[in-house]
Amino acid sequence: MKLYEYMGKELLHRYDVPIPRGKVVDTAEGAAGAAAELGEVVVKSQVLTGKRGKGGGIGFAATPEEARREAERILKVKVQGMAVDKLLVEEKLQIEQELYLAITVDGVSRCPVILASLDGGMDVEEVPEERMIRWPVELSLGLQPYMVREICRRLGGEAGSRLTKPFLQLLPNLYRLFREQDAELVEINPLALTPQGLVAADAKVTIDDDALYRHPEMPRIREKTDLELKAEELDLAYVELGGDIAVMANGAGITMATLDMVQYYGGTPANFLDFGGGAGVERTAQALELLLGTNPKAILINIFGGITRCDVVAEAFARVKESRGIDVPVSFRLVGTNEQEGREILKKVGIEAFQTMEEAVRHAVELSRG
Amino acid sequence: MSIYVNSETRVLVQGITGNQGSFHTGQMLAYGTRIVGGVSPGKGGRTVEGVPVYDTVFAAMEAEPADATILFTPAPFAKDAAFEALEAGVKLLVLIPEHISLHDALEITAHARRKGAVVVGPNTFGLVSSGQCKIGIMPNRYFIPGPVGVVSRSGTLCYEIVGTLAEQGIGTTTVVGLGGDRVVGLSFIDVLSQFEEDRDTRAVVLVGEIGGSAEEEAARYIASSMSKPVVAFVAGKSAPPGKRMGHAGAIIERGRGTFSSKIEALTAAGVRVAELPFQVPKLVKEIL
Repeated sequence: MKLYEYMGKELLHRYDVPIPRGKVVDTAEGAAGAAAELGEVVVKSQVLTGKRGKGGGIGFAATPEEARREAERILKVKVQGMAVDKLLVEEKLQIEQELYLAITVDGVSRCPVILASLDGGMDVEEVPEERMIRWPVELSLGLQPYMVREICRRLGGEAGSRLTKPFLQLLPNLYRLFREQDAELVEINPLALTPQGLVAADAKVTIDDDALYRHPEMPRIREKTDLELKAEELDLAYVELGGDIAVMANGAGITMATLDMVQYYGGTPANFLDFGGGAGVERTAQALELLLGTNPKAILINIFGGITRCDVVAEAFARVKESRGIDVPVSFRLVGTNEQEGREILKKVGIEAFQTMEEAVRHAVELSRG
Repeated sequence: MSIYVNSETRVLVQGITGNQGSFHTGQMLAYGTRIVGGVSPGKGGRTVEGVPVYDTVFAAMEAEPADATILFTPAPFAKDAAFEALEAGVKLLVLIPEHISLHDALEITAHARRKGAVVVGPNTFGLVSSGQCKIGIMPNRYFIPGPVGVVSRSGTLCYEIVGTLAEQGIGTTTVVGLGGDRVVGLSFIDVLSQFEEDRDTRAVVLVGEIGGSAEEEAARYIASSMSKPVVAFVAGKSAPPGKRMGHAGAIIERGRGTFSSKIEALTAAGVRVAELPFQVPKLVKEIL
């Protein structure tokens, strides 16, 4: 779950990482009021995307009147396709240098990793590899002062040594936030060096969805479409893709491979839907209902039964077909656990299941062409 | 021969009294796995499928020491169960549950490193040395003995591929599921290096997917250190960036973990890459 910038900054503040003085508003009037308190300000759209500057989602204002105008403008634009309903109005910082600092998880070393660079402010992908210091933190050690000193030395030169003292304060706090809040990513870009010291000019914080149960106090942010949300309630992995062949399969890898094959044979998948993990009749039927609601030209069901039982999937299909009718053509592949029982059930509702994934995919692509 | 587990391996089942735990205990026994005990706090003294159940891992180990354990424990309690197994001296842990939190996975794998133990998963189907020992949830019938080692990030797709091999009469030495999460205990490289050493494994099939850099790391290892031929299939060619495709680890982020980067790396390392899953047996036949 990604946090809005202002929420990320509230978290940083709780962990004693300095942030600019600022206020969250949702009207132009509010922005003007905030500017009257803060002086020269930056008005920042609160949307869950990077590149807000390029998208017209950030404005500068020297007076409350300018802040009002900027806020009016930003509240009307779409930033990278996203509507803006909240603004963060912040004091304009006197920035001497922009740094980059982040903590994330490195899947290869299976450790939290500190990322630091003197080249802050730009897209992180654009920072040359050798200018980005990476320090994996062994979990049993935690973040130790020697690591901070060494990171600063590697940053290089006078800037690095000047940063040692403030980093010794700031990095352990950031690491504590990362660990205690179950973060996947804490990124400060830029981390601004100002006459008053280091200040987090931006904040990107992502919390691990699988750990949210441990953080009941954390606000829940919705980034998904209505359908994706519905799928989430049903504990289904679902992603909208925009094509016309609705796909469901059991398992993430095989669902991806099914979509790839649809594309290979010239079709366009409408979605990714993995209902694996041994779903019962009820949940399988709900998954199917969800797909029918997207008005596809064809439905492709690819089942290789392991924990998932073929008879259960077939039963769910038959139930949906009998209760509401399915007028979209269906291509069904069914093999694995309880295959024979499953095939019998499908036959009774007029479906002849395929043996291989390839046959089923090719048939689905034909069906989608009408 | 085989890697990690064989017909001697003694196995514990943590969470044995649950639905999944008891069902798969039966399936594993049917496959021939030596299950010596089950653990379920508060349920000690019962039996499941004829297997004695204990309250703690320590109690189970006192009754009969185990080499490996498989966890069906619900995700929020998996860290505790894994730590218990590690402290009690179990050297191979198979973590079946999905949705174990990222930081819990970090802690489990870190502690296992200190203890010199192997962690398979989380979010894995397990591993099986064909005809000898299955510690996992995969359907029994596709895993027949033969000369091919298989290592995969995803479950059903791996069954699909092992199934197409088995249909053509090609069996497997050991099949290992790494798990679909961002942090898992084993890497492709760990498993590839075991297959390289294993006398009976003559070729390896690698089943990857988009996200992370595991396939790229594997390619580097194959190029530098592997003499045995490798066939690969990678899922997710059509996946859009920024979307999590079912597995926590299957996401293209910041331009990394793309399909083309993986295919390029594997091809450059001399790996034969199948464009579609059912082409794998043909490529394997060519190199056997």
